[in-house]
Amino acid sequence: MKGNVIKYEQDNIDTDVILPGTYLKIHDYAELATHAMEGLDPNFHSKVKEGDFIVAGRNFGCGSSREHAPIALAHSGIKAVLALSFARIFYRNAVDGAFLLPIEIDEDTLKDVSEGDELEINIDNNEIKNLTKNKKYPMKPFSELIGKIIAAGGLFKFNP
Amino acid sequence: MNITEKILARASNKERVEPDDVIFANVDSAMVHDVSGPGVIKVFEKLQKQGISVEKLWDPSKVWVAEDHFVPSAEKVSAENIVKLSNFTKNYGIAKHFKYGLGQYGICHTLSHEEAMVLPGQVYVAGDSHTNTTGALGAFACGLGHTDMAYVLLHGKIWFKVPETLYFRLNGKLPDHVMAKDFILKIIGDIGTDGAAYKAMQFGGSGIDEMSVDERLTLTNMTTEAGAKNGIIEPDKKIAKYLAERGKTNYTPLRGDSDAQFEKTFEYEASEMEPIVAKPYSPENISVVRDMPTTELDKAYIGSCTGAKLNDLKAVAKILKGRTVKIRTEILPAAISIYKKALEDGLIKIFLDAGVVVGPPTCGACCGAHMGVLAKDEVCVSTTNRNFPGRMGHVESKTYLASPLVAAASAVTGKLTDPRDLK
Repeated sequence: MKGNVIKYEQDNIDTDVILPGTYLKIHDYAELATHAMEGLDPNFHSKVKEGDFIVAGRNFGCGSSREHAPIALAHSGIKAVLALSFARIFYRNAVDGAFLLPIEIDEDTLKDVSEGDELEINIDNNEIKNLTKNKKYPMKPFSELIGKIIAAGGLFKFNP
Repeated sequence: MNITEKILARASNKERVEPDDVIFANVDSAMVHDVSGPGVIKVFEKLQKQGISVEKLWDPSKVWVAEDHFVPSAEKVSAENIVKLSNFTKNYGIAKHFKYGLGQYGICHTLSHEEAMVLPGQVYVAGDSHTNTTGALGAFACGLGHTDMAYVLLHGKIWFKVPETLYFRLNGKLPDHVMAKDFILKIIGDIGTDGAAYKAMQFGGSGIDEMSVDERLTLTNMTTEAGAKNGIIEPDKKIAKYLAERGKTNYTPLRGDSDAQFEKTFEYEASEMEPIVAKPYSPENISVVRDMPTTELDKAYIGSCTGAKLNDLKAVAKILKGRTVKIRTEILPAAISIYKKALEDGLIKIFLDAGVVVGPPTCGACCGAHMGVLAKDEVCVSTTNRNFPGRMGHVESKTYLASPLVAAASAVTGKLTDPRDLK
């Protein structure tokens, strides 16, 4: 999986900025995508491309349980969010709904990756390559259950 | 095992569970509302296209529905969502649907306890992050997204990783000017908005024993803001009485074993607690009210599942009685049953005499939906639960989270005020 980085270095990027509450009444995925990250970066919708990755700090997706948040990102083209850590409901929504991959990275990776870098993510060997900077970074392996749900393509396709 | 582990062991038909065990827990009660319900309907539509059957729910008698976020409908999309939700209830034969403006209605988390929709020892999941609230009754109560709720509605179970538990002991009774909201803001300030991420937060000690059920609900409600999977309090006589008053006596409560394990125990002395606010833009960004520089306000908002229970309204009335507000103040009781009790107890007259507007139950402006959202640069003191950028309206509005006592005292002076400093 290859894509380019959109970077927000801060911690606690919450669901209220990923998809503001006023849009919770909307359930059309394409329309939700037009409001993704509106509370933090009004330019997100114009700059995001199919296959991009978001790179961010600690506790990404904290706040509400709205599945609108991973939906809006995924339908904007985001294939993975790489963050120091994730809030629990965002994490399970992303995985169980098969919207995008939540990948935990370390502090050094967060510092090293720049906006626009091209990354290649390989979840089979837990490796992230920075093709722009010709570097490799580690990713935290998924737990056994999460790995199986991702491999199955979401919770409904997973056979416990 | 502690209470969370015991409930999850029982729900997964295991003798014993340990933190980090992955289990599928059988669900006793499941709820969706006018945001997560249409979200689940959308998931059902997707599943149907994939050839997965969505013909029947696992057990419609264990499912209930509330209308709370976008009611009363301000525009047609919200109105259509309510129609969609009503059809869903009808088509699947769902047992209980709290319709807005028909009998009992209000915010889902408030209904969960007011109507005793969840009982001690049960596993309760719902499509809303503040589902944690109901853990004050001694249940495992946890918020989920739309896909997970769709899975629960069709299969009656869902996966969990058994959480580590953080134990918060409150020694002694909180002083009269301090509320549960101050205590939980203090905790979130200490551990941070991810301080309990993926973990259980359990509360106990003499200070919790002394607390009313409404106040305990404020604690568990706000565990969401520390990232917790669930908040929980072992059920006692007060809970039994509360549920009996609501006609529920037949349940099997669980309590932790005497050798229950906790990842960490935090001790707090009630006598040292003070009125606290969380400043913009995070619930962890706390300050003692008296340490704040003069902070002028545009508005006070007293509402939500966190801060508009009957006990919260009584605290506000104690301050507003015989006084008038200096800034726009909105009070929205969290359920119509609470509104009615507030009317019978004379609280509504006190509010109206003070010059505030009393609105209908709704999540309303707490989540920036409608009915009182904030404009750019507006500054609000609020009894709600979150103050991230844009949470209550414009991304450059500012919300100070506070107890009902602090919010009411601040409404009277027009600036952030410790209730003790009110003349």
